[in-house]
Amino acid sequence: MTPSRAAFAAILGKDLRSELRTLQSLPAMALFSITTFVIFRFGLDRTSLSGSLAAGVLWATLLFAAVLGINRLFVAEREEGGFDAIRLAPIDRSVLFAAKAAALLVYLLALELIAVPIFALFFLDSVAGLAPLALILLLADLGLAATGTLISSMAVNSRARDLLVPLVLLPLVVPLMIAATGATDPLLAVGGPGYHRFGTWLMVLGLYDLIFGLVGYAVFDFLLED
Amino acid sequence: MDGHDRSEAAVSAAGLRKDFGERTALDGIGLELPPGDSLVVLGPNGAGKTTLLRILATLLRPSGGEVVVLGCSLPGEAWKLRGRIGYLGHEPLLYRDLSGRENLRFHARLHGTSGERAEARIAELLAAAAMERRADERIAELSAGMRQRLAICRCVLHEPELLLLDEPDSNLDAEGRELARGLIGPGGGRTRVVVTHDPDRFLPEADQVLRLGIGEAAAVS
Repeated sequence: MTPSRAAFAAILGKDLRSELRTLQSLPAMALFSITTFVIFRFGLDRTSLSGSLAAGVLWATLLFAAVLGINRLFVAEREEGGFDAIRLAPIDRSVLFAAKAAALLVYLLALELIAVPIFALFFLDSVAGLAPLALILLLADLGLAATGTLISSMAVNSRARDLLVPLVLLPLVVPLMIAATGATDPLLAVGGPGYHRFGTWLMVLGLYDLIFGLVGYAVFDFLLED
Repeated sequence: MDGHDRSEAAVSAAGLRKDFGERTALDGIGLELPPGDSLVVLGPNGAGKTTLLRILATLLRPSGGEVVVLGCSLPGEAWKLRGRIGYLGHEPLLYRDLSGRENLRFHARLHGTSGERAEARIAELLAAAAMERRADERIAELSAGMRQRLAICRCVLHEPELLLLDEPDSNLDAEGRELARGLIGPGGGRTRVVVTHDPDRFLPEADQVLRLGIGEAAAVS
């Protein structure tokens, strides 16, 4: 058996190299989020947001932008025979899950490096809440990467892939979004960041990450069977 | 050959069956292929040739019967077999946005080889396939024949004991066919199962022939 670390690095490196070369996912995700912020700005007719409304706008936008990347996560494997290549190699197939989730995590973090400053520019009076927000973003991204990878691998063989991913994914990430917006809400409150139930929401996010990470690891092997 | 002697078949099947829903693609296939021999599989479209190859490659699970490949019973011991077979299917299993060399490096790493050893093996194969000059171009920019040459390099990159080849000459010109013969031809102690529609080309190098028909019993000769 090939060591899992070497196989993980090979698959992750291949995905990131392909994305850097073709820019098929990240620019679309970033453009979608910027356009959505513009629509919210004019739709709400507000130049400043705070509290739960700010948290809702931020997380709804990031979630729908993430769906674009999740839809495309396994397309190369499906269309260019990558699934067969992985299945023929002497590797633990769960490595594919881990490497794809890591690639999606990188896309999400890169998206947020672009989208969050633009969100702050459009809607926030103060950027004091952004530093603790980074921790929430990281924990929510881990959960989204695990769930998104699992759903994407299930949907990729379907012709209705573009419909299936949001239809299955969105209900599954409701708890994640409740925790993420719950933790973000006081950070973006008027008058500076607050930390009401911040630790509780972080624990909920961590628990979600753990559960969906373990579920993905446990069932991914079966999803690759014919 | 890692412990396999001539008395143990490299590939054996008895009563092999594969169903897709209510359709039976393979029914009662039996074969016994000694190590180092070549089996040529013939039959019309839809006879189940590719299905048979994919079962032997561990990419499909049989619906019934017994299959043993290189001493590993399928599907239960499929995990032991991976890495010991070289599979060349209809798809080249190469990523379009990576170059040929990058693809080969990727596959080498999946098979546990990297660094100088992998680079030397890749250079050797690219030279054997006359692809050194085009190896750094993206797969999307190459012709179907050149992709097939690279797919053959990928198939033998990890020096497999068993080659499973589905129409290995497809898209290859005369020079490509000759080069391919050097890489995946008979000899070298490797066992081969070759699916083809070109019996004139492959029958002379066959030790056994399996003829599959649609709705007929398979015949080994």
